[in-house]
Amino acid sequence: MTSIKVKLKESDVQKLKEVAKSFNNEAGELINVLHKAQEIFGYLPAEVQEVVAQELTIPVAKVYGVVTFYSFFTMLPRGRFPISICTGTACYVRGAEKVLDEFKRILKVPVGETTADGKFSITCLRCVGACGLAPVVMVGDKTYGRVTTDGVKEILKEYENED
Amino acid sequence: MELIKLTIDNRTVEVEKGTTIFHAAKKLDITIPTLCYMNLKDLNIEHKPGGCRICVVEVEGRRNLAPACATECFEGMDVKTHSVRVLNARRTVLELIISDHPFDCLICAKSGKCDLQDMAVKLGVRDIPFQGEKSTYKPDYSPAIIRDIDKCIMCRRCETMCNDFQTVGVLSGIHRGFEAVVAPAFERDLDHSECTYCGQCVAVCPTAALTEVDHTQQLINDLSNPNKTVVVQTAPAVRAALGEEFGMEPGTLVTGKMVAALRQLGFHFVFDTDFAADLTIMEEGTEMLDRLTRHLEGDKEVKLPILTSCCPGWVNFFEYYYPDMMDIPSTARSPQQMFGAIAKTYFAEKQKIDRKDMVVVSIMPCVAKKYECTREEFATDGSPDVDYSISTRELASLIKQANINFNLLPDEDFDKPMGESTGAAVIFGTTGGVIEAAARTAYELHTGKSLEKVDFEALRGFEGIRSATVDFNGVDINIGIAHGLGNARKLLDEVKAGKSKYHAIEIMACPGGCIGGGGQPLHHGDSSIIKARAKAIYAEDKGKKLRKSHENPDIIKLYDEYLGKPGSELAHKLLHTHYFDKKAKQVLLD
Repeated sequence: MTSIKVKLKESDVQKLKEVAKSFNNEAGELINVLHKAQEIFGYLPAEVQEVVAQELTIPVAKVYGVVTFYSFFTMLPRGRFPISICTGTACYVRGAEKVLDEFKRILKVPVGETTADGKFSITCLRCVGACGLAPVVMVGDKTYGRVTTDGVKEILKEYENED
Repeated sequence: MELIKLTIDNRTVEVEKGTTIFHAAKKLDITIPTLCYMNLKDLNIEHKPGGCRICVVEVEGRRNLAPACATECFEGMDVKTHSVRVLNARRTVLELIISDHPFDCLICAKSGKCDLQDMAVKLGVRDIPFQGEKSTYKPDYSPAIIRDIDKCIMCRRCETMCNDFQTVGVLSGIHRGFEAVVAPAFERDLDHSECTYCGQCVAVCPTAALTEVDHTQQLINDLSNPNKTVVVQTAPAVRAALGEEFGMEPGTLVTGKMVAALRQLGFHFVFDTDFAADLTIMEEGTEMLDRLTRHLEGDKEVKLPILTSCCPGWVNFFEYYYPDMMDIPSTARSPQQMFGAIAKTYFAEKQKIDRKDMVVVSIMPCVAKKYECTREEFATDGSPDVDYSISTRELASLIKQANINFNLLPDEDFDKPMGESTGAAVIFGTTGGVIEAAARTAYELHTGKSLEKVDFEALRGFEGIRSATVDFNGVDINIGIAHGLGNARKLLDEVKAGKSKYHAIEIMACPGGCIGGGGQPLHHGDSSIIKARAKAIYAEDKGKKLRKSHENPDIIKLYDEYLGKPGSELAHKLLHTHYFDKKAKQVLLD
């Protein structure tokens, strides 16, 4: 998994310790602790995982094992405008993969990663419950339906002047 | 206890409730094939993840096949272990595993000893109908262990040893689906993890995903170099296991044949690490007595318990996990390193051999020893005291390569002076042995009396943690013993909490001590083999004329001629060491 290096501030470490404590520092609560941690930091860099491991007294390799197992967890900060392409069955059969490929081609990043300027990130998700609009793309909280490969450029254009 | 009756392959068997199909079948002498299952019953380790799916069997009335290792029997169960459906499924599972496995069996380090290869032979696989993507991971070369993860079949035995038995927790299953592998956190290489190089992952790996670094070619080159004097030392545990590689029963002692083979291979001097083990007792025993005497005289500063320091896996463990307690272990170097230091000074001077023309090789039951001899503090001007270490398995391979008929070799004796040893040194190879050897010498030096009974049976056994009290002339000395780092952790946590009752503790990283080391012939999950080796070690001790380290005449001579007395300035320079806070080093490396 690609990752980035950060130096955690003492206050961040403190926050993590409090999260672990709210779950009684129980090893069995690892997934819940990681959920909260990702809520706070937006992603789970190695440094965060190390603190979690220490607080729950489990090997950091185990924490990393869980982080890499679940696609929800990410070790990379998401972009300011996170793009999610639905690749559930309905979207898939209506061309979601081509739409995804177009985003990857234009933004020059693979799934799960973020553009160098930190603006966009691409992830896939499974079904947002709007199959009638397939294929569906979400940018942040905004939903786009019946997206075509030509439509990809137009979506990105909307964010050209935003930051 | 509730009993259950069931039928396996049309034969009836009665088992206790909770028994798995795998064990019930064993009762009928049916060994259901498996790739991931592992049972080290003497160590209370049963690994049954039901992951490989080779052990599937048909259960009447059940829709899908059941993994025998992880399915409990029920009353009236009707099991078929070799129906056509089972055989087809088993073969398909194996073909799928092999479809993502390299086909380099002919030149693979594990060839001939590989469980996957054996299974392919057993199930008569002749064709792999599945073609598709294959994993391509970069091999990870550490100073002791090589990880070639393309060969991993995800049995996860290594994870069980690393996490449950050793509590080191370096290896974990990561990612999912096709990408799933066993790796250290953040896919760092082993050298940048907290790996202690104990090698227990290597000892249980069914394939060549985890192997030791191979030094045999380097050894062949050195032996054929006319300008080099090649000196070999053999650890005590090697002689109790090497025979297994040549078809002998586990527990067959092959000391004499091993010496003969080493001589035939062309070593100039065939010496014994046991000599250095006696030397270790002189140094460590003196340190132990000194600390004990000061403690008994009321010195509050003195650090007790004293911990043994011969096991490099264990040394790594406390350097990573207990850096705040580094003043507790003995400062005595391991026998391997004491041997190297004396060979390249005292012996080299005697023989008038320049240090740079001498190669010291060790034969070890261990993987961590390969790392230990690369530690910078064990070198003089960049020249290591021990040049490299080869495992029991590598020695066996070398003897086979040289076409030496090992089984027919006559028994030969070690060379002098560094081949002389006592029974106390031999038992270093098994759990409890080092502390027994130390007790034999410390008792006599402390009391001035001769031991009536040399055998301290209370210190022997296979329990993970043992304790015994030895009467030192009216003073009770409490001794603790742990093998396996998970057990060591328990004793250390007691020490840390100030609750330890012990005066001295022996710790070995591997199950059974060195006899169960990561470099030994593979036990394939049969821990009775390790027990048989322990028996052989005690038999060799019993057969020795001298059984106390301080009676070794060549050790006495070494002190007379060269070192002065135990703990002297020269002894400290050559035979003692210091430890490092590796947690701190780890942070710097990042």
